[in-house]
Amino acid sequence: MKVTLLTGRTIDQGTAKEHGKLSTAYFENVAVCEIDPDDMKTLQVKENSTVRVTTEHGKVNVRGRTSKRGPHPGIIYMPYGIWTNIIVDPQTHGTGMPSFKGIKAQIESAPTENVLTLQELLENLFGRD
Amino acid sequence: MSIVKNVACPVCGTLCDDLEITVDGNRVIGTKNTCAVSEAKLLNFSDPGHRNLKPLIRRDGEMVEVSWDEAIKRSAQILAEAHYPILYGWSCTNCEAIRMGIALAEEIGGVIDNTSTVCHGPSILSIQDVGIPTCTLGQIRHRADLIVYWASDPYSAHPRHVERYTAFSDGRFQHSEWESYVARLRGVLGKKRLSRASELTLMKDIPLPAVTGEKLPPSFRTGKRKLIVVDVRKTRSAEHADLFLQVEPNKDFELLQALRLLVKDEELEVNEIAGLPVHLLEEVADALIGCSFGAFFFGVGLTMSSGKTRNIDAAIALTQDLNYRTKFVIMPMRGHFNVAGANVVSTWQTGYPFAVDFSEGYPRYNPGETSVVDILSRGESDAGLIVASDPVSNFPREAARNLIKQPLIAIDPVASPTTVMADVVLPSTFVGIETEGTAYRMDRVPLPMKKLVEPPETCLSDEEILRRILKEVRHLKEVRGET
Ligand code: SF4
Repeated sequence: MKVTLLTGRTIDQGTAKEHGKLSTAYFENVAVCEIDPDDMKTLQVKENSTVRVTTEHGKVNVRGRTSKRGPHPGIIYMPYGIWTNIIVDPQTHGTGMPSFKGIKAQIESAPTENVLTLQELLENLFGRD
Repeated sequence: MSIVKNVACPVCGTLCDDLEITVDGNRVIGTKNTCAVSEAKLLNFSDPGHRNLKPLIRRDGEMVEVSWDEAIKRSAQILAEAHYPILYGWSCTNCEAIRMGIALAEEIGGVIDNTSTVCHGPSILSIQDVGIPTCTLGQIRHRADLIVYWASDPYSAHPRHVERYTAFSDGRFQHSEWESYVARLRGVLGKKRLSRASELTLMKDIPLPAVTGEKLPPSFRTGKRKLIVVDVRKTRSAEHADLFLQVEPNKDFELLQALRLLVKDEELEVNEIAGLPVHLLEEVADALIGCSFGAFFFGVGLTMSSGKTRNIDAAIALTQDLNYRTKFVIMPMRGHFNVAGANVVSTWQTGYPFAVDFSEGYPRYNPGETSVVDILSRGESDAGLIVASDPVSNFPREAARNLIKQPLIAIDPVASPTTVMADVVLPSTFVGIETEGTAYRMDRVPLPMKKLVEPPETCLSDEEILRRILKEVRHLKEVRGET
């Protein structure tokens, strides 16, 4: 399904950060994607099961959750964090600022796939050899 | 046990300075007047699970503990040898450390950039282009009768902003609208219950109040404080508002320009702009003109979406237009507690607020060229020093990858993806908890940050670490006969 990806701050992400970015609380509150309730049904995503979000710049697996801030059909929301930054648009258009909001994306259900933890993701993305 | 009063909160740009912190021995055991985020930080900062306690250096792929002297020497060596190092972070430390960082950047001919480059950088560019009619938060608290949060969700990012400075604060001439909000909430809850009950019994649905009203709610006909939230989705803050305008993603610019036309009494020849009916926008324009003191707060929703700097131009221009009809001010919602300080110190030391390049021997400023995300994306730098920030998490992937490829020094009290990937980790103290200093609130009012407890003996303040690195760099250059 084609969607618009927004990223932003959430209060859970803010408090979880203070427990440490390597903590489980952080993983549970940040490696997620909030989806419109109707879109959840169309995509056949079960609460907290894995979804794959793909943009021109990369793809990432996170857990899908029903948005409490809906309805916002066609819009998905992910908290700031490393999971989002591997798929955002790095183009700064001469301002120094990448585009973190309003990015074209594709979302699909991937219930059998894993969500990588921060350590696994770092290893995967930037693994030193 | 002692209670420390009037503590400034070292978390977000609201910089609330009314916290009361209970300290027992050398531990924080209680907090008062904090929000959830601030409490989480103050009660968990010393958790050894995520604290950096010893200087570390990467040897053969492993991080090993070393002495402070060795860690400082290694850092100085990396920086002195680099041709185009970047020094990044600065929004979660004090102004004293930032000043030291700028001296270091000048000494090594590096680029010093702060986190505003990826939050309100475009706002700063816009302010340099068109100026900004603004004021302090105190004025807004006492006088503003119309508050607009545009693309900003204070409930999540600045939890006490509404209570301390805007709709729910009690000022001298304007009063808190907390009670009427609670009454409205009860009304909505009652209707929800009624609708649920009718669904169960009568199998008939009673419609709930619409998300975006078709016309202004009755509170706009009173002299009371009113709150408007404009956002792409119904945030928690939107639920507190008298009026919520749900704008389509990437359409803020159109909406702002449409409001400018309406404020100038021009006609719009369409029925809808950015997903909102024009007749509602006409009423909103009337409400903006009709207030006696209005305040716009805008968040990174405007700087990060399509249009970036131009969105801010339009928002400031709307504020300027409104000043022909009434009194209106505008202010960016700054994120980290001292990101405003990073801009202020950088400006008074170098002339520029961020993205300052010393590679030519004098400060140069050209965001898009001298901003770190661009430098990293082009792969131009050859070493990095990060202070109290986590670019490995926060930068787009290519930029983060290039950052990690280079020798990387991280000064941070806590472990983060950046410290995990760094080659040198220098454990620092928490400003506002273990170290005092100055920080600037989002309206650029400087406030003193307090020291509440003693830091661990093995940690040094950011300022002290930077001073030692600078001294060592100068020493190295002397030995090599470069000075
Ligand atoms: S609103 Fe911001 S400054 Fe105020 S207590 Fe919360 S985190 Fe701290």
